[in-house]
Amino acid sequence: MVIIGAGKAGARAPISLREHGWKGRITLIGEEPLAPYDRPPLSKAAMTAAEEPAPVFLLDDELLQALDVTFIANATATDIDRAEKEVVLADGRRIPYQKLLIATGARARRLALPGAERALMLRDFHESVALRAACAPGRSVAIIGGGFIGLELAASASQRGCKVTVIEAQPRILMRGVTEAVARRIAARHEAAGVVLLTGIGVERIEADAVVLSDGRRIPAEIVIAGIGAAPAVALAEASGLALDNGIACDVEMRTSDPDIYAAGDCCSFPHGLYGGRRLRLEAWRSAQDQAAVAAENMLGGHRQFTAVPWFWSDQYELNLQIAGLPSDGVSSCTRPMKDDAFIEFHLDGEGRLVGASGIGRGNAIARDIKLAEMLIAKGARPDQAALAHPDVALRGLLK
Amino acid sequence: MPHWVEACDRDDVEPEDVIRFDHDGRTFAIYRAPDDRYYATEGLCTHEEAHLADGLVMDHIIECPKHNGRFDYRTGAAQGAPVCINLKTYPVKLEAGKVMIDLA
Ligand SMILES: Cc1cc2nc3c(=O)[nH]c(=O)nc-3n(C[C@H](O)[C@H](O)[C@H](O)COP(=O)(O)OP(=O)(O)OC[C@H]3O[C@@H](n4cnc5c(N)ncnc54)[C@H](O)[C@@H]3O)c2cc1C
Ligand code: FES
Repeated sequence: MVIIGAGKAGARAPISLREHGWKGRITLIGEEPLAPYDRPPLSKAAMTAAEEPAPVFLLDDELLQALDVTFIANATATDIDRAEKEVVLADGRRIPYQKLLIATGARARRLALPGAERALMLRDFHESVALRAACAPGRSVAIIGGGFIGLELAASASQRGCKVTVIEAQPRILMRGVTEAVARRIAARHEAAGVVLLTGIGVERIEADAVVLSDGRRIPAEIVIAGIGAAPAVALAEASGLALDNGIACDVEMRTSDPDIYAAGDCCSFPHGLYGGRRLRLEAWRSAQDQAAVAAENMLGGHRQFTAVPWFWSDQYELNLQIAGLPSDGVSSCTRPMKDDAFIEFHLDGEGRLVGASGIGRGNAIARDIKLAEMLIAKGARPDQAALAHPDVALRGLLK
Repeated sequence: MPHWVEACDRDDVEPEDVIRFDHDGRTFAIYRAPDDRYYATEGLCTHEEAHLADGLVMDHIIECPKHNGRFDYRTGAAQGAPVCINLKTYPVKLEAGKVMIDLA
Protein backbone atom coordinates (compact mmCIF):
# COMPACT_ATOMS: atom_id res chain seq x y z
CA MET A 1 0.00 0.00 0.00
CA VAL A 2 1.43 3.34 -1.04
CA ILE A 3 0.11 6.79 -0.11
CA ILE A 4 1.20 9.97 -1.90
CA GLY A 5 0.81 13.18 0.10
CA ALA A 6 1.44 13.29 3.84
CA GLY A 7 -1.28 15.72 4.93
CA LYS A 8 -4.57 15.19 6.74
CA ALA A 9 -5.86 12.44 4.43
CA GLY A 10 -2.45 10.84 3.98
CA ALA A 11 -1.98 10.65 7.75
CA ARG A 12 -5.34 9.04 8.34
CA ALA A 13 -4.98 6.30 5.72
CA PRO A 14 -2.29 4.19 7.47
CA ILE A 15 -4.30 4.22 10.69
CA SER A 16 -7.36 2.93 8.86
CA LEU A 17 -5.36 0.37 6.88
CA ARG A 18 -4.03 -1.11 10.12
CA GLU A 19 -7.45 -0.92 11.80
CA HIS A 20 -8.83 -3.00 8.96
CA GLY A 21 -6.22 -5.66 9.35
CA TRP A 22 -3.59 -4.80 6.74
CA LYS A 23 -0.33 -6.41 7.89
CA GLY A 24 1.82 -5.71 4.84
CA ARG A 25 3.97 -2.79 3.88
CA ILE A 26 2.74 0.82 3.98
CA THR A 27 4.79 3.59 2.36
CA LEU A 28 3.85 7.24 2.87
CA ILE A 29 5.44 9.72 0.43
CA GLY A 30 5.46 13.41 1.36
CA GLU A 31 6.86 16.40 -0.43
CA GLU A 32 7.32 18.41 2.77
CA PRO A 33 10.25 17.92 5.14
CA LEU A 34 7.95 17.30 8.12
CA ALA A 35 5.92 14.31 9.21
CA PRO A 36 2.18 14.93 8.68
CA TYR A 37 0.92 17.86 10.74
CA ASP A 38 -2.33 19.70 11.17
CA ARG A 39 -3.10 22.72 8.96
CA PRO A 40 -6.04 24.46 10.70
CA PRO A 41 -3.86 25.87 13.53
CA LEU A 42 -1.56 27.52 10.96
CA SER A 43 -3.87 30.49 10.51
CA LYS A 44 -5.08 30.49 14.12
CA ALA A 45 -3.10 29.39 17.20
CA ALA A 46 0.24 29.19 15.38
CA MET A 47 -0.11 32.84 14.31
CA THR A 48 -1.09 34.21 17.70
CA ALA A 49 1.25 32.06 19.81
CA ALA A 50 3.57 34.04 22.06
CA GLU A 51 6.51 31.76 21.29
CA GLU A 52 7.46 30.47 17.87
CA PRO A 53 5.02 27.60 17.37
CA ALA A 54 5.82 23.95 16.78
CA PRO A 55 3.85 21.88 14.28
CA VAL A 56 0.93 19.88 15.66
CA PHE A 57 1.80 16.45 14.33
CA LEU A 58 -0.89 14.07 13.10
CA LEU A 59 1.63 11.23 12.95
CA ASP A 60 4.87 11.66 14.85
CA ASP A 61 7.89 9.35 14.69
CA GLU A 62 6.54 7.21 17.47
CA LEU A 63 3.18 6.67 15.78
CA LEU A 64 4.78 6.09 12.38
CA GLN A 65 6.87 3.41 14.00
CA ALA A 66 3.96 1.88 15.91
CA LEU A 67 1.99 1.70 12.65
CA ASP A 68 5.04 0.33 10.85
CA VAL A 69 4.87 2.99 8.14
CA THR A 70 7.84 3.73 5.90
CA PHE A 71 7.74 7.51 5.65
CA ILE A 72 9.68 9.17 2.85
CA ALA A 73 9.94 12.92 3.45
CA ASN A 74 11.14 15.58 0.98
CA ALA A 75 9.95 13.41 -1.88
CA THR A 76 7.75 14.62 -4.72
CA ALA A 77 5.97 11.98 -6.75
CA THR A 78 6.19 13.08 -10.38
CA ASP A 79 4.63 10.16 -12.22
CA ILE A 80 2.75 6.92 -11.78
CA ASP A 81 3.81 4.10 -14.06
CA ARG A 82 0.43 2.41 -14.11
CA ALA A 83 1.53 -0.44 -16.36
CA GLU A 84 4.34 -1.42 -13.97
CA LYS A 85 2.41 -0.23 -10.91
CA GLU A 86 5.21 1.97 -9.64
CA VAL A 87 5.29 5.50 -8.28
CA VAL A 88 8.13 7.57 -9.72
CA LEU A 89 9.77 10.13 -7.46
CA ALA A 90 11.52 13.31 -8.60
CA ASP A 91 14.93 11.81 -7.82
CA GLY A 92 14.17 8.78 -10.01
CA ARG A 93 13.36 6.31 -7.23
CA ARG A 94 10.54 3.91 -8.09
CA ILE A 95 8.18 2.63 -5.40
CA PRO A 96 6.06 -0.39 -6.34
CA TYR A 97 2.42 -0.47 -5.23
CA GLN A 98 -0.42 -2.92 -5.07
CA LYS A 99 -2.97 -0.23 -4.31
CA LEU A 100 -2.24 3.48 -4.32
CA LEU A 101 -3.87 6.42 -2.55
CA ILE A 102 -3.37 9.93 -3.90
CA ALA A 103 -3.82 12.54 -1.16
CA THR A 104 -1.99 15.51 -2.62
CA GLY A 105 -4.37 18.12 -1.22
CA ALA A 106 -4.64 21.60 -2.66
CA ARG A 107 -2.24 24.44 -3.33
CA ALA A 108 -2.76 28.10 -2.57
CA ARG A 109 -3.67 30.03 -5.71
CA ARG A 110 -1.16 32.63 -6.81
CA LEU A 111 -2.09 36.17 -7.63
CA ALA A 112 -1.51 37.20 -11.21
CA LEU A 113 -0.77 40.91 -11.13
CA PRO A 114 2.27 43.17 -11.04
CA GLY A 115 4.13 42.83 -7.74
CA ALA A 116 2.49 39.50 -6.89
CA GLU A 117 5.86 38.05 -5.87
CA ARG A 118 5.71 40.29 -2.78
CA ALA A 119 2.57 38.58 -1.51
CA LEU A 120 2.96 35.96 1.20
CA MET A 121 0.72 32.90 1.11
CA LEU A 122 -0.32 30.23 3.55
CA ARG A 123 -0.63 26.52 3.05
CA ASP A 124 2.25 24.92 4.93
CA PHE A 125 3.94 25.18 8.29
CA HIS A 126 6.98 27.13 7.12
CA GLU A 127 4.80 29.74 5.48
CA SER A 128 2.94 30.09 8.76
CA VAL A 129 6.17 30.66 10.68
CA ALA A 130 7.18 33.28 8.10
CA LEU A 131 3.78 34.98 8.32
CA ARG A 132 3.88 35.10 12.10
CA ALA A 133 7.29 36.75 11.98
CA ALA A 134 6.15 39.19 9.30
CA CYS A 135 3.02 40.21 11.19
CA ALA A 136 4.93 41.93 13.99
CA PRO A 137 2.99 44.30 16.25
CA GLY A 138 2.38 47.70 14.66
CA ARG A 139 2.94 46.60 11.06
CA SER A 140 0.48 47.46 8.33
CA VAL A 141 -0.85 44.31 6.70
CA ALA A 142 -2.98 44.12 3.56
CA ILE A 143 -4.76 40.83 2.98
CA ILE A 144 -6.04 40.19 -0.51
CA GLY A 145 -9.06 37.89 -0.34
CA GLY A 146 -11.91 37.83 2.18
CA GLY A 147 -12.32 34.07 2.37
CA PHE A 148 -11.67 31.86 5.38
CA ILE A 149 -7.89 31.90 5.31
CA GLY A 150 -7.75 35.65 4.66
CA LEU A 151 -10.15 36.40 7.50
CA GLU A 152 -8.57 34.02 9.99
CA LEU A 153 -5.23 35.64 9.22
CA ALA A 154 -6.83 39.08 9.58
CA ALA A 155 -8.12 38.09 13.03
CA SER A 156 -4.75 36.66 14.05
CA ALA A 157 -2.75 39.61 12.69
CA SER A 158 -4.99 42.14 14.39
CA GLN A 159 -4.73 40.18 17.64
CA ARG A 160 -0.97 40.49 17.22
CA GLY A 161 -1.34 44.24 17.01
CA CYS A 162 -1.09 44.77 13.26
CA LYS A 163 -3.08 47.36 11.31
CA VAL A 164 -5.04 45.13 8.97
CA THR A 165 -6.93 45.84 5.75
CA VAL A 166 -8.79 43.07 3.93
CA ILE A 167 -9.50 43.60 0.23
CA GLU A 168 -12.24 41.46 -1.31
CA ALA A 169 -13.32 41.75 -4.96
CA GLN A 170 -16.78 40.29 -4.31
CA PRO A 171 -19.57 42.51 -2.94
CA ARG A 172 -19.11 41.00 0.51
CA ILE A 173 -16.74 38.75 2.43
CA LEU A 174 -17.28 34.96 2.43
CA MET A 175 -19.47 34.96 -0.67
CA ARG A 176 -18.87 31.28 -1.20
CA GLY A 177 -20.82 29.00 1.10
CA VAL A 178 -21.55 31.46 3.92
CA THR A 179 -24.89 33.18 4.36
CA GLU A 180 -25.19 36.91 4.46
CA ALA A 181 -26.27 37.04 8.11
CA VAL A 182 -23.28 34.99 9.26
CA ALA A 183 -20.90 36.99 7.08
CA ARG A 184 -22.32 40.20 8.54
CA ARG A 185 -21.67 39.00 12.08
CA ILE A 186 -18.08 38.15 11.18
CA ALA A 187 -17.57 41.46 9.39
CA ALA A 188 -18.85 43.37 12.42
CA ARG A 189 -16.44 41.53 14.70
CA HIS A 190 -13.50 42.36 12.45
CA GLU A 191 -14.52 45.99 12.29
CA ALA A 192 -14.80 46.11 16.09
CA ALA A 193 -11.21 44.89 16.20
CA GLY A 194 -10.16 47.74 13.94
CA VAL A 195 -9.77 45.69 10.77
CA VAL A 196 -10.72 47.62 7.64
CA LEU A 197 -12.81 45.54 5.22
CA LEU A 198 -12.91 46.79 1.64
CA THR A 199 -15.34 44.86 -0.55
CA GLY A 200 -16.35 45.01 -4.19
CA ILE A 201 -12.96 46.32 -5.24
CA GLY A 202 -10.12 44.72 -7.13
CA VAL A 203 -6.36 45.06 -6.83
CA GLU A 204 -4.40 46.67 -9.66
CA ARG A 205 -0.85 46.03 -8.50
CA ILE A 206 1.36 45.61 -5.47
CA GLU A 207 4.09 48.18 -4.89
CA ALA A 208 7.00 48.17 -2.47
CA ASP A 209 5.00 49.75 0.36
CA ALA A 210 1.38 49.62 -0.75
CA VAL A 211 -1.41 47.82 -2.55
CA VAL A 212 -2.96 49.85 -5.36
CA LEU A 213 -6.68 49.25 -5.87
CA SER A 214 -8.49 49.28 -9.21
CA ASP A 215 -9.93 52.73 -8.44
CA GLY A 216 -6.42 54.08 -7.89
CA ARG A 217 -6.52 54.18 -4.08
CA ARG A 218 -3.27 53.21 -2.35
CA ILE A 219 -3.46 51.06 0.77
CA PRO A 220 -0.18 51.35 2.68
CA ALA A 221 1.10 47.86 3.43
CA GLU A 222 4.42 46.71 4.84
CA ILE A 223 3.17 43.15 4.53
CA VAL A 224 0.92 41.81 1.76
CA ILE A 225 -0.81 38.45 2.06
CA ALA A 226 -2.77 36.67 -0.67
CA GLY A 227 -5.59 34.41 0.47
CA ILE A 228 -7.44 33.83 -2.77
CA GLY A 229 -8.32 30.19 -2.44
CA ALA A 230 -6.75 26.90 -3.29
CA ALA A 231 -6.68 24.69 -6.36
CA PRO A 232 -6.57 20.89 -6.21
CA ALA A 233 -3.04 19.49 -6.63
CA VAL A 234 -3.56 17.37 -9.72
CA ALA A 235 -0.26 17.67 -11.61
CA LEU A 236 0.68 14.09 -10.74
CA ALA A 237 -2.73 12.65 -11.58
CA GLU A 238 -2.76 14.55 -14.83
CA ALA A 239 0.72 13.34 -15.79
CA SER A 240 -0.41 9.78 -15.13
CA GLY A 241 -3.51 10.12 -17.28
CA LEU A 242 -6.15 9.76 -14.54
CA ALA A 243 -9.56 11.29 -15.24
CA LEU A 244 -9.99 14.79 -13.79
CA ASP A 245 -13.14 16.74 -13.05
CA ASN A 246 -12.60 19.64 -10.65
CA GLY A 247 -9.82 17.61 -9.07
CA ILE A 248 -9.13 13.91 -9.45
CA ALA A 249 -12.42 12.30 -10.46
CA CYS A 250 -13.43 9.54 -8.03
CA ASP A 251 -16.50 7.33 -7.75
CA VAL A 252 -18.59 6.95 -4.58
CA GLU A 253 -16.00 4.55 -3.20
CA MET A 254 -13.18 7.11 -3.69
CA ARG A 255 -11.71 5.09 -6.58
CA THR A 256 -10.17 6.98 -9.50
CA SER A 257 -10.48 6.00 -13.17
CA ASP A 258 -7.75 3.39 -12.45
CA PRO A 259 -9.20 0.59 -10.27
CA ASP A 260 -5.96 0.25 -8.29
CA ILE A 261 -5.71 3.96 -7.48
CA TYR A 262 -7.82 5.83 -4.96
CA ALA A 263 -7.88 9.49 -3.95
CA ALA A 264 -9.01 11.38 -0.85
CA GLY A 265 -9.14 14.90 0.51
CA ASP A 266 -8.87 18.32 -1.10
CA CYS A 267 -7.41 16.90 -4.34
CA CYS A 268 -10.47 14.96 -5.48
CA SER A 269 -14.12 15.22 -6.42
CA PHE A 270 -16.74 12.49 -6.00
CA PRO A 271 -20.51 12.00 -6.43
CA HIS A 272 -22.18 12.61 -3.08
CA GLY A 273 -24.99 10.19 -2.32
CA LEU A 274 -26.72 12.61 -0.01
CA TYR A 275 -27.02 15.24 -2.74
CA GLY A 276 -28.41 13.11 -5.56
CA GLY A 277 -24.99 11.93 -6.67
CA ARG A 278 -23.88 15.45 -7.49
CA ARG A 279 -20.11 15.75 -7.92
CA LEU A 280 -18.53 17.71 -5.09
CA ARG A 281 -15.01 18.63 -4.10
CA LEU A 282 -14.70 19.51 -0.44
CA GLU A 283 -11.87 21.44 1.09
CA ALA A 284 -12.42 20.51 4.66
CA TRP A 285 -10.49 18.85 7.40
CA ARG A 286 -13.01 16.28 8.57
CA SER A 287 -13.92 15.21 5.03
CA ALA A 288 -10.25 14.65 4.23
CA GLN A 289 -9.94 12.35 7.22
CA ASP A 290 -13.19 10.49 6.56
CA GLN A 291 -12.54 10.07 2.84
CA ALA A 292 -9.14 8.59 3.61
CA ALA A 293 -10.77 6.10 5.99
CA VAL A 294 -13.26 5.06 3.31
CA ALA A 295 -10.54 4.81 0.64
CA ALA A 296 -8.33 2.71 2.94
CA GLU A 297 -11.10 0.24 3.62
CA ASN A 298 -11.82 -0.06 -0.10
CA MET A 299 -8.13 -0.48 -0.95
CA LEU A 300 -8.41 -3.65 1.12
CA GLY A 301 -11.37 -4.89 -0.91
CA GLY A 302 -14.22 -3.11 0.85
CA HIS A 303 -17.11 -1.34 -0.83
CA ARG A 304 -17.86 1.51 1.51
CA GLN A 305 -19.25 4.73 0.12
CA PHE A 306 -18.45 8.21 1.35
CA THR A 307 -21.77 9.70 2.39
CA ALA A 308 -20.79 11.87 5.38
CA VAL A 309 -22.43 15.27 5.64
CA PRO A 310 -19.91 18.00 4.74
CA TRP A 311 -18.82 19.90 7.83
CA PHE A 312 -16.49 22.83 8.26
CA TRP A 313 -15.52 25.19 11.03
CA SER A 314 -13.63 28.45 11.31
CA ASP A 315 -12.38 30.28 14.41
CA GLN A 316 -11.93 34.05 14.36
CA TYR A 317 -11.35 35.90 17.63
CA GLU A 318 -13.70 34.26 20.16
CA LEU A 319 -16.18 33.44 17.41
CA ASN A 320 -16.69 29.92 16.13
CA LEU A 321 -18.49 29.31 12.87
CA GLN A 322 -19.68 25.88 11.83
CA ILE A 323 -21.38 24.84 8.63
CA ALA A 324 -22.97 21.45 8.09
CA GLY A 325 -24.34 20.29 4.75
CA LEU A 326 -24.66 22.57 1.75
CA PRO A 327 -26.45 25.79 2.74
CA SER A 328 -26.51 27.01 -0.86
CA ASP A 329 -28.80 24.09 -1.79
CA GLY A 330 -31.55 25.58 0.36
CA VAL A 331 -34.42 27.57 -1.15
CA SER A 332 -35.80 28.71 2.17
CA SER A 333 -34.32 29.20 5.59
CA CYS A 334 -35.21 29.96 9.17
CA THR A 335 -33.11 31.20 12.06
CA ARG A 336 -32.84 29.92 15.61
CA PRO A 337 -31.67 32.66 17.96
CA MET A 338 -29.55 31.35 20.80
CA LYS A 339 -27.98 32.53 24.03
CA ASP A 340 -25.30 35.19 23.96
CA ASP A 341 -26.06 36.42 20.42
CA ALA A 342 -25.35 33.08 18.81
CA PHE A 343 -27.63 31.84 16.06
CA ILE A 344 -28.09 29.00 13.59
CA GLU A 345 -29.68 29.30 10.19
CA PHE A 346 -31.33 26.20 8.79
CA HIS A 347 -31.57 25.75 5.06
CA LEU A 348 -34.32 23.66 3.48
CA ASP A 349 -34.81 22.53 -0.10
CA GLY A 350 -38.03 22.79 -2.15
CA GLU A 351 -39.40 19.64 -0.53
CA GLY A 352 -38.77 20.86 2.99
CA ARG A 353 -35.75 18.64 3.51
CA LEU A 354 -33.00 20.05 5.71
CA VAL A 355 -29.90 20.41 3.51
CA GLY A 356 -27.65 22.72 5.48
CA ALA A 357 -27.10 24.60 8.72
CA SER A 358 -24.86 27.59 9.38
CA GLY A 359 -24.13 28.66 12.92
CA ILE A 360 -22.04 31.26 14.63
CA GLY A 361 -21.44 32.04 18.27
CA ARG A 362 -18.79 32.45 20.93
CA GLY A 363 -16.77 29.45 21.96
CA ASN A 364 -18.73 26.24 21.61
CA ALA A 365 -22.16 27.88 21.71
CA ILE A 366 -23.51 26.36 18.52
CA ALA A 367 -21.53 23.12 18.34
CA ARG A 368 -24.06 20.77 19.81
CA ASP A 369 -26.99 22.00 17.76
CA ILE A 370 -24.94 22.00 14.57
CA LYS A 371 -24.13 18.37 15.30
CA LEU A 372 -27.82 17.59 15.73
CA ALA A 373 -28.54 19.47 12.51
CA GLU A 374 -25.93 17.34 10.79
CA MET A 375 -27.70 14.22 12.01
CA LEU A 376 -31.03 15.57 10.72
CA ILE A 377 -29.42 16.31 7.35
CA ALA A 378 -27.95 12.82 7.19
CA LYS A 379 -31.40 11.35 7.80
CA GLY A 380 -32.96 13.46 5.06
CA ALA A 381 -35.35 14.81 7.70
CA ARG A 382 -38.06 17.35 6.92
CA PRO A 383 -38.35 19.12 10.24
CA ASP A 384 -41.00 21.69 11.03
CA GLN A 385 -39.60 25.15 10.40
CA ALA A 386 -41.30 26.67 13.42
CA ALA A 387 -39.68 24.02 15.62
CA LEU A 388 -36.26 24.65 14.08
CA ALA A 389 -36.57 28.36 14.70
CA HIS A 390 -37.72 28.00 18.31
CA PRO A 391 -34.83 28.05 20.77
CA ASP A 392 -36.80 26.09 23.35
CA VAL A 393 -37.53 23.13 21.09
CA ALA A 394 -34.74 20.59 21.56
CA LEU A 395 -33.35 19.57 18.17
CA ARG A 396 -32.72 16.11 19.52
CA GLY A 397 -36.48 15.64 19.74
CA LEU A 398 -36.80 16.27 16.00
CA LEU A 399 -34.51 13.34 15.29
CA LYS A 400 -36.83 10.75 16.73
CA MET B 1 -8.32 7.12 50.32
CA PRO B 2 -11.43 7.97 48.31
CA HIS B 3 -12.24 11.65 48.09
CA TRP B 4 -15.94 11.97 47.27
CA VAL B 5 -17.28 15.35 46.27
CA GLU B 6 -20.82 16.31 45.42
CA ALA B 7 -21.04 17.22 41.73
CA CYS B 8 -24.73 17.96 41.21
CA ASP B 9 -28.30 16.82 41.77
CA ARG B 10 -29.25 13.74 39.84
CA ASP B 11 -31.90 15.77 38.02
CA ASP B 12 -29.42 18.41 36.91
CA VAL B 13 -28.40 16.13 34.05
CA GLU B 14 -30.95 15.00 31.51
CA PRO B 15 -30.82 11.42 30.29
CA GLU B 16 -28.28 11.06 27.43
CA ASP B 17 -26.70 14.37 28.32
CA VAL B 18 -23.71 15.91 30.03
CA ILE B 19 -23.00 18.88 32.27
CA ARG B 20 -19.86 20.62 33.38
CA PHE B 21 -18.68 20.53 36.98
CA ASP B 22 -15.86 22.74 38.20
CA HIS B 23 -14.11 21.97 41.46
CA ASP B 24 -10.95 23.24 43.05
CA GLY B 25 -9.57 24.74 39.83
CA ARG B 26 -10.32 21.61 37.84
CA THR B 27 -13.11 20.90 35.41
CA PHE B 28 -15.06 17.68 34.95
CA ALA B 29 -17.89 16.36 32.82
CA ILE B 30 -20.78 14.47 34.42
CA TYR B 31 -22.79 12.20 32.12
CA ARG B 32 -26.16 10.53 32.45
CA ALA B 33 -26.40 7.56 30.09
CA PRO B 34 -29.64 6.54 28.36
CA ASP B 35 -29.97 3.75 30.97
CA ASP B 36 -29.83 6.38 33.75
CA ARG B 37 -26.39 5.42 34.98
CA TYR B 38 -24.04 8.30 35.78
CA TYR B 39 -20.41 8.67 34.76
CA ALA B 40 -17.67 11.26 35.18
CA THR B 41 -14.58 12.14 33.16
CA GLU B 42 -12.09 14.95 33.12
CA GLY B 43 -13.79 17.96 31.54
CA LEU B 44 -11.42 18.90 28.73
CA CYS B 45 -10.86 17.10 25.47
CA THR B 46 -7.42 15.50 25.21
CA HIS B 47 -6.99 16.97 21.72
CA GLU B 48 -7.16 20.74 22.17
CA GLU B 49 -8.84 21.22 25.52
CA ALA B 50 -12.40 22.02 24.50
CA HIS B 51 -15.04 21.64 27.22
CA LEU B 52 -16.65 18.28 26.56
CA ALA B 53 -19.82 19.37 28.34
CA ASP B 54 -20.51 21.56 25.28
CA GLY B 55 -20.49 18.45 23.11
CA LEU B 56 -23.20 15.98 22.22
CA VAL B 57 -23.86 12.70 24.02
CA MET B 58 -24.95 9.90 21.72
CA ASP B 59 -25.60 6.68 23.59
CA HIS B 60 -22.30 6.06 25.41
CA ILE B 61 -20.26 8.40 23.28
CA ILE B 62 -19.40 12.01 23.95
CA GLU B 63 -18.46 13.95 20.82
CA CYS B 64 -16.18 16.92 21.30
CA PRO B 65 -17.70 20.24 20.17
CA LYS B 66 -14.52 21.39 18.48
CA HIS B 67 -13.34 18.81 15.99
CA ASN B 68 -15.73 15.96 16.64
CA GLY B 69 -13.27 13.73 18.50
CA ARG B 70 -15.17 10.91 20.24
CA PHE B 71 -14.76 9.13 23.55
CA ASP B 72 -16.63 6.37 25.31
CA TYR B 73 -17.38 8.23 28.53
CA ARG B 74 -17.80 4.99 30.51
CA THR B 75 -14.16 4.03 30.01
CA GLY B 76 -12.66 7.26 28.68
CA ALA B 77 -11.47 5.39 25.60
CA ALA B 78 -10.66 7.62 22.62
CA GLN B 79 -12.49 6.37 19.54
CA GLY B 80 -9.99 7.37 16.87
CA ALA B 81 -8.67 10.42 15.01
CA PRO B 82 -8.42 13.23 15.83
CA VAL B 83 -8.31 12.05 19.43
CA CYS B 84 -5.81 9.40 20.47
CA ILE B 85 -5.32 10.03 24.20
CA ASN B 86 -7.94 8.53 26.52
CA LEU B 87 -9.90 10.60 29.02
CA LYS B 88 -9.44 10.06 32.72
CA THR B 89 -12.57 8.72 34.34
CA TYR B 90 -13.74 8.97 37.96
CA PRO B 91 -15.91 6.66 40.06
CA VAL B 92 -19.45 7.90 40.56
CA LYS B 93 -22.12 7.07 43.14
CA LEU B 94 -25.58 8.37 43.88
CA GLU B 95 -26.38 9.42 47.43
CA ALA B 96 -29.64 10.99 48.50
CA GLY B 97 -30.35 12.30 45.01
CA LYS B 98 -26.86 13.71 44.61
CA VAL B 99 -24.23 12.66 42.11
CA MET B 100 -20.94 12.12 43.93
CA ILE B 101 -17.59 11.65 42.23
CA ASP B 102 -14.39 10.28 43.69
CA LEU B 103 -11.44 12.51 42.89
CA ALA B 104 -8.88 10.45 44.76
C1 LIG C 1 -4.21 27.61 6.98
C2 LIG C 1 -5.31 26.61 6.84
C3 LIG C 1 -6.37 26.61 7.75
C4 LIG C 1 -7.41 25.69 7.64
N1 LIG C 1 -8.43 25.73 8.55
C5 LIG C 1 -9.45 24.85 8.44
C6 LIG C 1 -10.53 24.87 9.37
O1 LIG C 1 -10.57 25.70 10.29
N2 LIG C 1 -11.53 23.97 9.24
C7 LIG C 1 -11.53 23.03 8.23
O2 LIG C 1 -12.48 22.22 8.15
N3 LIG C 1 -10.52 22.98 7.33
C8 LIG C 1 -9.49 23.88 7.41
N4 LIG C 1 -8.47 23.84 6.49
C9 LIG C 1 -8.53 22.84 5.42
C10 LIG C 1 -7.90 21.52 5.81
O3 LIG C 1 -6.68 21.72 6.45
C11 LIG C 1 -7.73 20.70 4.56
O4 LIG C 1 -9.02 20.41 4.06
C12 LIG C 1 -6.96 19.41 4.77
O5 LIG C 1 -5.66 19.67 5.19
C13 LIG C 1 -6.95 18.60 3.50
O6 LIG C 1 -6.20 17.46 3.67
P1 LIG C 1 -5.47 16.75 2.45
O7 LIG C 1 -4.79 15.57 3.02
O8 LIG C 1 -6.44 16.57 1.34
O9 LIG C 1 -4.42 17.81 1.92
P2 LIG C 1 -3.18 18.49 2.65
O10 LIG C 1 -3.38 18.50 4.12
O11 LIG C 1 -2.96 19.77 1.93
O12 LIG C 1 -1.96 17.52 2.35
C14 LIG C 1 -1.47 17.27 1.07
C15 LIG C 1 0.01 16.98 1.16
O13 LIG C 1 0.45 16.39 -0.06
C16 LIG C 1 1.72 16.93 -0.41
N5 LIG C 1 1.89 16.74 -1.85
C17 LIG C 1 1.26 17.37 -2.87
N6 LIG C 1 1.68 16.89 -4.06
C18 LIG C 1 2.60 15.93 -3.79
C19 LIG C 1 3.39 15.07 -4.61
N7 LIG C 1 3.28 15.08 -5.95
N8 LIG C 1 4.25 14.21 -4.01
C20 LIG C 1 4.35 14.16 -2.66
N9 LIG C 1 3.61 14.94 -1.84
C21 LIG C 1 2.76 15.82 -2.40
C22 LIG C 1 1.60 18.36 0.02
O14 LIG C 1 2.87 18.94 0.16
C23 LIG C 1 0.87 18.21 1.36
O15 LIG C 1 1.77 18.00 2.41
C24 LIG C 1 -7.41 24.75 6.59
C25 LIG C 1 -6.36 24.76 5.66
C26 LIG C 1 -5.32 25.66 5.77
C27 LIG C 1 -4.21 25.65 4.76
S1 FES D 1 -10.48 19.65 20.87
FE1 FES D 1 -11.66 17.86 20.99
S2 FES D 1 -11.44 16.96 19.06
FE2 FES D 1 -10.14 18.70 18.96
